[in-house]
Amino acid sequence: MTKKVLIADDEPNIVVSLEFLMERNGYVVKVANNGEDALKCVAEFVPDLILLDVMMPHMSGYDVCQKIRENPAWQNIKIIMLTAKGREVEVTKGIALGADAYVTKPFSTKELTAKVREILGE
Amino acid sequence: MITPGIKGQQLVAVFLLGCLFFNYPLLSLFNQSGTVFGVPVLYAYLFLAWGVVIGLLALVIERR
Amino acid sequence: MLQGWVIILISGAYLGVLFAIAYYGDKRADAGRSIIANPYIYSLSLAVYATAWTFYGSVGRAASNGVGFLPIYIGPTLMMALWWVVMRKIIRISKMNRITSLADFIASRYGKSALLGGLVTIIAVVGIVPYISLQLKAISNSFEIIKSDNLEIIRAGQLGTVPILGDTAFYVAMLLATFSILFGTRHLDASERHEGLVAAIAFESLVKLLAFLAVGVFVTFGIYNGFGDLFGRAADHPKLAQLLNPFGGAAGSFASWAWLTFLSMLAIMFLPRQFQIAVVENVDENHLSKAMWLFPLYMLAINVFVLPIAFGGVMHFSNAPVDPDTFVLTLPMAERQEWLALLVYIGGLSAATGMVIVETIALSTMVCNDLVMPVLLRMKGLRLNESPDLSGLLLGIRRWAIVSILLLGYLYFRLAGEAYALVAIGLISFAAVAQFGPPIIGGIFWKGGTRMGALAGLSAGFAVWAYTLLLPSFAKSGWLPLSFIEQGPFGIALLKPLQLFGLEGLDQITHSLLWSMLANVGTFVTVSLVGHESAVEHSQASLFVDVFKRGGDTSGVHLWRGTASVEDLQALLGRFLGPERAHEAFVAYAQRRGALMPQHLEPDADMVHFAETQLAGAIGGASARIMVASVVKEEELTIEEVMGMLDEASQIIAYSHQLQQKSRELEEATAELRAANERLKELDRLKDDFVSTVSHELRTPLTSIRAFSEILHDNPGLDAGERGKFLNIIIKESERLTRLINQVLDLAKLESGKAEWHVSELDVREVIEDCINATSQLFRERNVRLETHLPAAVPLIVADRDRLVQVVINLLSNAVKFCNPKDGRVAISLHRHPDSLQVDVKDNGPGIGARDQVVIFEKFRQAGDNLTEKPQGTGLGLPISRQIVEHFGGRLWVESEPGKGATFSFTLPLAASRAGAAGAAAEKAA
Repeated sequence: MTKKVLIADDEPNIVVSLEFLMERNGYVVKVANNGEDALKCVAEFVPDLILLDVMMPHMSGYDVCQKIRENPAWQNIKIIMLTAKGREVEVTKGIALGADAYVTKPFSTKELTAKVREILGE
Repeated sequence: MITPGIKGQQLVAVFLLGCLFFNYPLLSLFNQSGTVFGVPVLYAYLFLAWGVVIGLLALVIERR
Repeated sequence: MLQGWVIILISGAYLGVLFAIAYYGDKRADAGRSIIANPYIYSLSLAVYATAWTFYGSVGRAASNGVGFLPIYIGPTLMMALWWVVMRKIIRISKMNRITSLADFIASRYGKSALLGGLVTIIAVVGIVPYISLQLKAISNSFEIIKSDNLEIIRAGQLGTVPILGDTAFYVAMLLATFSILFGTRHLDASERHEGLVAAIAFESLVKLLAFLAVGVFVTFGIYNGFGDLFGRAADHPKLAQLLNPFGGAAGSFASWAWLTFLSMLAIMFLPRQFQIAVVENVDENHLSKAMWLFPLYMLAINVFVLPIAFGGVMHFSNAPVDPDTFVLTLPMAERQEWLALLVYIGGLSAATGMVIVETIALSTMVCNDLVMPVLLRMKGLRLNESPDLSGLLLGIRRWAIVSILLLGYLYFRLAGEAYALVAIGLISFAAVAQFGPPIIGGIFWKGGTRMGALAGLSAGFAVWAYTLLLPSFAKSGWLPLSFIEQGPFGIALLKPLQLFGLEGLDQITHSLLWSMLANVGTFVTVSLVGHESAVEHSQASLFVDVFKRGGDTSGVHLWRGTASVEDLQALLGRFLGPERAHEAFVAYAQRRGALMPQHLEPDADMVHFAETQLAGAIGGASARIMVASVVKEEELTIEEVMGMLDEASQIIAYSHQLQQKSRELEEATAELRAANERLKELDRLKDDFVSTVSHELRTPLTSIRAFSEILHDNPGLDAGERGKFLNIIIKESERLTRLINQVLDLAKLESGKAEWHVSELDVREVIEDCINATSQLFRERNVRLETHLPAAVPLIVADRDRLVQVVINLLSNAVKFCNPKDGRVAISLHRHPDSLQVDVKDNGPGIGARDQVVIFEKFRQAGDNLTEKPQGTGLGLPISRQIVEHFGGRLWVESEPGKGATFSFTLPLAASRAGAAGAAAEKAA
């Protein structure tokens, strides 16, 4: 079955690139432009994996991650956090909040797709 | 509103006043013959002082 | 006169009414709609203090010594003032520990000591039985008088010839026992309250007051012509004249007056019936307040007519041998007022029955819980520990106790009833219960009082009391040789019971009270100070003394450690309260602690404490402790551990107190510190933020560039459209990156003062027009209208032209970006001030909140939350602009109200006024 990926980022050009990469790898893709949107999409679309940017308007990626992990029904959704802030503290915080992996921007497209595959267990 | 602490202190004061009223030497002042409105002085004094103490108690307790 | 059967019928009817009231009160209580839950009923029920002794005896005492009877009622009035401090505390302690009697109170305070509880019970019974017999005597005397129309009192000698089965008093005793049993021991209640009974007692208080007032009015205004007439005639009476100023004579010394006052102050608290009504039956602690003045008022009212009746009686019966104790009844009878006499008889009946019923119930609780049960529980042979339901046994013991106490009273009445006048017997009882004063008062205010101290003090006081009051009364009754009083035991004069150690000149009661109090207090304090207390004593002492500090929180510290099981505890409770009530109690407890069923709870110290207090309500603190100990494995705590636990608790309390007191100054100091710290941290954070933000801002375009470069590289087969689109993104993002890098460097240069400035004299009007031209494309694209308000000519200023253009363009492009997207309007204007020029750029956008008006001038910060709001643009334009304007000695600021657009303004000083500015002057010269 085709896996579903939700892209949550507010930077339009990065969204375009991620969308392209994920579709090229055969995933069904949906895009959210801010944190609140992302949560709504999680509820409706129920993705297998989220590419979640940390710095988004209205609700940060950390908050989105926390909300998802609070809901028992969403325990199986994989989360990859994306951030342009690459400091150790932020990585630790993301993992502590229940993210499965943490990718710093700019990322290598190959490594990102490989990580997505790995986390989805393919 | 009076706090319980202040109320307690006022009541203790009433108590001390009562002790004064109903003891020597104040009592000895009234231990004599003579009448007020036909009532012997001592009895008049005792009941009056008693009434005053009760009045003070009521005042302290009922005042908000 | 009235027929015997009429009187019996009316007596019966009256008791029937009492039954009805009590029954109704109990029914209402069961339905949860208490009729006694108000301060007036509480005050009236406290008037159980006024017994037949008051009703008949006061007049008797007044007839012989004038005002001598008054201290017995003035004392309680004075004590009432202290109730706020003392009684409120006793009530609170009793409610928190489910204390149900005096004996229980003292036993609980001193380490739940069964021995102490037993001793208190014995003192109470021995002290009170004569008092009960006094009531029986009053009832039977008044009955005989009103029936026989014989105004002379029936002497004990005559009574002795009456067979018991023909003696009214015997039937009275049995009737009262029945009433007490019916309403005092109907069922076992953990709180030991009897609402119906209290209602009946309150009613009786009303009846006796009305009856007494009726006689008083009748004597004063019916037989005589008011107070003046009555007292006037008394002054001429040879016997009464001396009673008008009786001190030093008939009323005894001022000292004995004072001691009597003191004695009755203790009695109003520590007579078992007063404790029962004031503490155990108390529904609401707040009722105390009103009772504190209503009850003294009752005392005053019932005493107003005592002297008139006494004097009236003495004058009326000056030639007849009528006992003054019966004046209340005999005066109306002598005047042929049958119905008034009947009312008086009923009033006296009220006074006596009320006292007897409450007193026997209070005593039976004590006898059962503190005397019989501890003994039974210790007798292993009875196997009480294995019996499944003991509630029946408990009730049985109490019923038998009631009957026994009343029989004892009757016996005393038969044997010794005539030894003293009514008042004397009453005072002997008062002196006995006064012995409870030191251990209770000391116990609630002094943590140092110990079990041994209380035991020794009580024993000593009781012994002295018995020696100086009880034994002499026996001697006067002929049970002991009179020489015991007159020469002292074995002829030792120093030990004469009425002049102990040669102390003479005091009346008996004062004498006894002085010595017994000295012995009691002295021993209590000395033994307490010398000895040391056990762990449980220490914990109980602290629980009692600090009851208010603990703020009513019983679930706080439990000085207990061990293991228990819920089933065992519930079964234990079931054996005494009945399984059903125990189950209910446990379920309610579990729900209070947030569990559905008790089984879901951990059987911890709190639960053991709960079970013990429930049990204490039924069988007393000391027995409850024994029973609970039999089903739980308690680990002995050492005194050090208890002290530790208490210290912890009291430290917490002390800390919170200190915190409350000092919170304000602490908060102030903390706030200052916090502010200073915040400023430092803010600076630190800004620096940190800047690096992090720059990194973020640079990485974002870089991400797109890298991603699309890789995509293009890895996907050579992409169609032309897509390739173009991706390449376009790469170019756009590269431009963004370049711009960003330039601005960051620019700002860094400006901030470090390394920027190059090309200063010249400028016409600001011209500069603005250039900027408008440069941005006209932008305005057209966004379809935004621009208004310009420029004066024809303005003075020149000195500045860097390119930099100034940078500022104006930044402000204009911001205005375009943020103005109303549908009907965009921007206005730029130039004004002249005396020594400066001001440029305003106004937009019609959403405006900027007050908080953000500061934020927007910080680096990388735009309106909205920095963390989550994506900046439109680099977020460096305004900080750079401000740096530039300030470099030339001007100011850049914003004025805005949310919803009404924003106006960015900056000023630049005119060339002339800036002549002194070093930089410009130097450059101009160059």
